[in-house]
Amino acid sequence: MTDPILKIEHVSKRFTRMPGLAERLVGKVTGGGKPVTVHALTDVSLEVSQGEVLGIVGESGCGKSTLGRVVAGIYAPSDGSVTLHDKPVARTHGGNIDKLTTQVQMIHQDPFASLNPRMKVGETLAEGPRYHKIIPARDVQARMRELLEKVGLEGAYADRFPHQFSGGQRQRVAIARALAMEPEVLVLDEAVASLDVSIQAQVLNLFMDLRRDLGLTALFISHDLSVVRHVCDRVAIMYLGRLVELAPADELYADPKHPYTTALFASVPTVGTGKRRFEAIKGEIPSPINPPSGCAFHPRCPLAGPRCRVEVPRLTDAGTARTVACHLNDGGVDAKSEVAA
Amino acid sequence: MTAALDVQGLTTRFATRGDPVTAVNDVSFSVQKGRILGLVGESGSGKSVTGFSVMGLIDAPGEISAGKVLVDGNDLRALSDEHMRKMRGNKVAMVFQDPMMTLNPVLRVGDQMAMAVRVHRKMSKTAALEESRAALEAVGIPSPEERLQAYPHQLSGGMRQRVAIAMALLHSPSVIIADEATTALDVSIQGQILAEVRDLADTTGAAIVWITHDLAVVSSLADDICVMYAGKIVERGTAQQVIDHPRHPYTKGLLDSIPALHEPGKHLPQIPGSTPQLSRLPQGCPFRPRCPRASDICKTVPPADTVDGQTVLCHHPLERT
Repeated sequence: MTDPILKIEHVSKRFTRMPGLAERLVGKVTGGGKPVTVHALTDVSLEVSQGEVLGIVGESGCGKSTLGRVVAGIYAPSDGSVTLHDKPVARTHGGNIDKLTTQVQMIHQDPFASLNPRMKVGETLAEGPRYHKIIPARDVQARMRELLEKVGLEGAYADRFPHQFSGGQRQRVAIARALAMEPEVLVLDEAVASLDVSIQAQVLNLFMDLRRDLGLTALFISHDLSVVRHVCDRVAIMYLGRLVELAPADELYADPKHPYTTALFASVPTVGTGKRRFEAIKGEIPSPINPPSGCAFHPRCPLAGPRCRVEVPRLTDAGTARTVACHLNDGGVDAKSEVAA
Repeated sequence: MTAALDVQGLTTRFATRGDPVTAVNDVSFSVQKGRILGLVGESGSGKSVTGFSVMGLIDAPGEISAGKVLVDGNDLRALSDEHMRKMRGNKVAMVFQDPMMTLNPVLRVGDQMAMAVRVHRKMSKTAALEESRAALEAVGIPSPEERLQAYPHQLSGGMRQRVAIAMALLHSPSVIIADEATTALDVSIQGQILAEVRDLADTTGAAIVWITHDLAVVSSLADDICVMYAGKIVERGTAQQVIDHPRHPYTKGLLDSIPALHEPGKHLPQIPGSTPQLSRLPQGCPFRPRCPRASDICKTVPPADTVDGQTVLCHHPLERT
């Protein structure tokens, strides 16, 4: 593996909601009304090499979107750092971001919400590069046309408004807008999730072409395991704000190590007939406000033991370039005293 | 045997400023007791409008302009509004995509379920609550007594959808229409609910129409599959026929574009273009501009059903394999 360009080091992100006046008044009597903290990310470390596409997979509340936003510099991490070529992606001042790299660009899920309906798409594309003087002003028009063509649209579409495009075309525009900033790293947050299957294939093909032509490095955030396997080199599985498994895509799909990963794969419906029982994961996804003790997955895990209830598993090596956070890979699930020696 | 649900020549139109748009165009299918029919299509294919039409939930500017909807042999379309209201939620029930929109946020789960019971049957509230409790238990909700006391916002998305399914089950309906009922849920929760839906079809004998865009879901859940495109059913057969041996080029294209079936990193076969606007359908076959098998006849003559066990609406269906 070549040297990583993007480093996510021990990143945690907490969101705290202060109680409203009514809650505080009620709290005076009931003893409640305290600030509520959500641990959206807890101690996540990842490295991404030049030209690599890293998939981030998990269910609601696992922190995958928060991670994407921290990497793109939209959120400042509560702890830890995100650096690109050893420079922070965002400079913070008093907890707020005051300067942001243009080198990380984000593509969002819903192209109906992420494009300004009152701006011609050419203007939308030109806004960032013009402001940051990435492209000389006299070249902007030509460059925008070129970008539209690169994402499979016609250059003349620069004069159209978003409502004149279909969903798939809008997502192409959103990709063009990200590329207009000439970024080194793209963060795609569920970028194909809202598209129809036939359109999804078109956009995935476009992404793979662009990746090959431009040598893009990307974080590909998705809940769709089959899409992730198709486009990603390595995959990180997250659960309740923590990284639980990280492995090259082919190895992960062939041989998942973490019980959550295994269960997740088993519960995904696959195309193909023959009356298959769904092997569902038992129970609910716990709330990140009040995560379970020890390993967050233990209440749902078929292999959990006493140790899992008390001790948070650390990430340990599970083969070359693979890590997993599970006691099974770190001395077993029996009570801690037996392992301590 | 009379099918639990038999839809014949259903056509639903919407008046627009221009010509009326035919969202559902001469659609026919039937579902036997205890079977699950997967109704698959992309946005704008008319799959949801088909579901709403069966339920008689089409309002102006929409209008069901032709066809029959037979439930246990009785035509719902011949019923008065008053009679239809008595059928809805009773003989035919529907589960929608977003349970936060279908549950009343200011009523406890138990209260709204008991209300739904007592709309159709005369009984005490205590008895209605007991029926509600049993329904919650049937869909795998742990400690159902406590859930009856909860408000919808206190439940997770998966639990809410289970409540919505339990409400649909209250009157042991002959037919349940589920419109993208697990689309908004996480995969692990979706897996749980699909397993329960399969069990419910087997144990209660309800005929279920499962409307979705997700071929993977129907391929493992449904007994039969209808594929819709531009308001028409273009292919119909058993799940095995449609998934393993698709004969319509559109079905084939959809299946081919699913990443799971291809080597990672390779170009995915894609259907060119995008779904047509219903107000501007091409003459002849609506799929023709995107179809690799199209010929001259497809430009002018709308295809008719080719039936040999598997119905295909195409001039040039793929060979049987």
